[in-house]
Amino acid sequence: MRYLPLTGRDRAEMLAVIGAPSIDALFADVPAAARLDGPVDLPKAMGEIEVERLISRMAARNISAGSVPFFIGSGVYRHHIPAAVDHLIQRGEFLTSYTPYQPEIAQGTLQYLFEFQTQVALLTGMEVANASLYDGATACAEAVMMAGRVTGRRNAVLAGGVHPHYREICETYARFVGFALQAQDSILRDEDLAQFVDRDTSCVVVQNPDFFGEVRDYSELAQICHDAGALLVVVVTEILSLGAIRPPGEMGADIVAAEGQSFGNALNFGGPHVGLFATRDKFVRQMPGRLVGQTVDADGRRGWVLTLSTREQHIRRERATSNICTNSGLCALAFTIHVALLGEAGLRRLASLNHAAAVLLAERLERLPSIRLVNRTFFNEFAIQLSHPAAEVVEALAGKGVLAGVPVSRFYPDWDEAAGLLLLAATEMTTAEDIDRLEQGLCEVLP
Amino acid sequence: MNDWSRALSANQAEETAAPMAPATGNRGLQIEEKLIFEQDSPGHCGVDLAEPAPFRSRLDGLERQSPIGLPGLSEPQVVRHFTRLSQKNYAIDTGLYPLGSCTMKHNPRLNEKLARLPGLADIHPLQPVSTVPGALELIDTLAHWLKTLTGMPAIALTPAAGAHGELCGMMAIRAALEARGNCRSRVLVPESAHGTNPATAAACGYTVDQIPADATGRVDRAALEVKLGVDVAALMLTNPNTCGLFESEIIKIAEAVHAAGAFFYCDGANFNAIVGRVRPADLGIDCMHLNLHKTFSTPHGGGGPGSGPVALTESLAPYAPLPWIVHGPDDLRLLEHKTGPAGQSLGRLKGFHGQMGMFVRALAYMMSHGSDGLRQVAEDAVLNANYLLARLTNELSLSFPGACMHEVLFDDSFLKETGVTTLDFAKALIDQGYHPMTMYFPLIVHGAMLVEPTETESKASLDEFIEVLKALATSARSSELPHFRAAPVSTPRRRLDETRAARKPVLRWGPEPLERDAPE
Repeated sequence: MRYLPLTGRDRAEMLAVIGAPSIDALFADVPAAARLDGPVDLPKAMGEIEVERLISRMAARNISAGSVPFFIGSGVYRHHIPAAVDHLIQRGEFLTSYTPYQPEIAQGTLQYLFEFQTQVALLTGMEVANASLYDGATACAEAVMMAGRVTGRRNAVLAGGVHPHYREICETYARFVGFALQAQDSILRDEDLAQFVDRDTSCVVVQNPDFFGEVRDYSELAQICHDAGALLVVVVTEILSLGAIRPPGEMGADIVAAEGQSFGNALNFGGPHVGLFATRDKFVRQMPGRLVGQTVDADGRRGWVLTLSTREQHIRRERATSNICTNSGLCALAFTIHVALLGEAGLRRLASLNHAAAVLLAERLERLPSIRLVNRTFFNEFAIQLSHPAAEVVEALAGKGVLAGVPVSRFYPDWDEAAGLLLLAATEMTTAEDIDRLEQGLCEVLP
Repeated sequence: MNDWSRALSANQAEETAAPMAPATGNRGLQIEEKLIFEQDSPGHCGVDLAEPAPFRSRLDGLERQSPIGLPGLSEPQVVRHFTRLSQKNYAIDTGLYPLGSCTMKHNPRLNEKLARLPGLADIHPLQPVSTVPGALELIDTLAHWLKTLTGMPAIALTPAAGAHGELCGMMAIRAALEARGNCRSRVLVPESAHGTNPATAAACGYTVDQIPADATGRVDRAALEVKLGVDVAALMLTNPNTCGLFESEIIKIAEAVHAAGAFFYCDGANFNAIVGRVRPADLGIDCMHLNLHKTFSTPHGGGGPGSGPVALTESLAPYAPLPWIVHGPDDLRLLEHKTGPAGQSLGRLKGFHGQMGMFVRALAYMMSHGSDGLRQVAEDAVLNANYLLARLTNELSLSFPGACMHEVLFDDSFLKETGVTTLDFAKALIDQGYHPMTMYFPLIVHGAMLVEPTETESKASLDEFIEVLKALATSARSSELPHFRAAPVSTPRRRLDETRAARKPVLRWGPEPLERDAPE
């Protein structure tokens, strides 16, 4: 077996040193009833050739985004990943290292995480960001729990415009972790969330751009929350939007929970991605997840360490702010490298290209008689109303080799009005030809 | 040789062996590297993007006006920056990484290659299911392997990490108890447990009741049985435990837990020791998470991403989180809502369908080893740890007598009277070119040193490591305290002031010093 360096002779010599008659002797503590005599019923070892053949065969059964006109977003976005990103994250010193518990020999990881925290704080307009969480959806649930700790209140208000998966996860956590959640029905128009804010409200959670792509100013809602002693949590599923849109920090957000996949990370069928989490300085000790801080070494030179770990489970155990241990380190590295490559000018240009692509797509689709654009505003994603069930249209277009977007009914099968709603995204990867193919396909499919 | 090169070599000959006064702070291959924010050349960009054709904005006046504050760098600067940073890291690729309970084994590169196939990496979780049958097949195949290895009938694949898997498992247990009419109030956790166990139990609304260890480093069964009662929801036990020992009375423990109407949660962080040789289901376990980034070799990546599937027994399976993959008459189906067979699901725990990229790597790893190779993994992991134990038992102090499983636990009694602490010893090991073992964990022994070599170390590698540890132990006893206190000295940074970092947190770069007093 190519990954196992011990030879038969090594094993015999080592057993002799140990003084064990056989390997079985080392498993003597296992109750006899639970010892397996031989291998379980699974295939035997395979070489690279065979494994590659089997898994490639599975991969070949899928239609990849890059092979067709592609308009799917809804929380995961297809962007170009510069070649340098994937090269650098595969350096073994990054790929095969552990959480930086020994800072003297992990300054590489610690420094990029410090850069990552700074980038996230800058993009979101917040004061401080952590070293990443699992994904945007779990970051959202962590934000709600943190708001509960900060305010000492148990009631969270969840806007209808928050991504349905994020909403469902909050509902799961609410049930088991024990907080009250006022989840609004998913709707397309502006919501009057202020009416739900009272002295028991820990936070209001909104998304910008929201699940349907609408962009809003939440400054007024922030003020209402603060007047009532509640926090405003802003979810961002398309982090690139902050290259074009006023950031949540400037709107008065107290916590930003975001998905960072758009920078440096592939679609990956939904994971792994990278959760971003930013807040204000004064709440830092209530934050979940790892934090990297700057300090000096014994010679007075600048360096970085994991810090404020008294919040965390390995020190505080059942009194920790969160049970989280693992973050999304390598995905955070991909994010950091991509954002470093883009820089101020590139990130703004990329955001502009995305917005332009979506505007072009919307203008083309609006011309079709059986389609109505739902949004008043949008960044790179919007909703259209079809005269036909969107799920059927999407399926028919998939048959024609076009991945046309996400039918809202996939998330809300019981919401009748959603049947005709289709969410479409355009990015810098969308070409004029892709839009032609979509338009042509829609004309063929729709009556 | 021309005049120029002759002059150069003459110059070199006159120089002393000491390097010139360091103006840069660089030392040979160790290069000081500024933050990217300190390398800004405004307007620069490492990506060439076309300018968009003129268009009418649909942002309705919500355009970002203020600068973001990101630095501009070209591609060569960025590549050099991150390459230099990488050179400041220790990694499995560069050396033995004996972090106990973390299972730092070799990460095969085939797995990386396969995870990047466009048919797996470039697919969207919300594509029509009809366009991703291969993705469902891969997930289902992974599930089959994991179910077979654990002997459990169901597996929940979406948890993003071990601690997330714990949360999933404890939620399933709570849901099952609620369905019985009483979710109960206490969870029993051994003192030696990972910190995530009590943190998870508390997150699920349970009070945590600690169980002491007995003189052999295993759960004190008598103490456990006294604490069991009708208000106990579950026992969370790690097996093999964090002392590197198999809980030999585990079947009796499971019986006692079940007799009290509670569930038996097993932390599967140490599954590497028994994979292919023991099925957790045969031990009476109801629920166990597996860290794909430990036993199944997906890279740790400096702290993630992980993946923590949870194996579930029959009585917990109905509560598995969404989505589910189920077998139809001639295809696989994705259930994304609490309907039909998934009607009792505890709901969604993670966006989309779990850590697909990790699934691909773990499946490639398992297929490469096969059923025979996986069994060999456990055997070699246990053999390597016991070889270290046997050869170091007279030099270091073993915490508990007898053979260990995949990791061996020492305490600091061999350092008694030397003044050298576990921390000093670990830092001195860094100067010898090794990543230290896990220090001060588990909490039940004094100055713990938990050493897990894994099966991917050769005998030669272990022999070298043993000699280094022996030599260090000898140094510690022969009054070389100042060397230990000063260590490490050969690293990019020496010991860092963690107190200062926590007292005056600087958590991001800023053009002005951002240091300030920590808020309470």
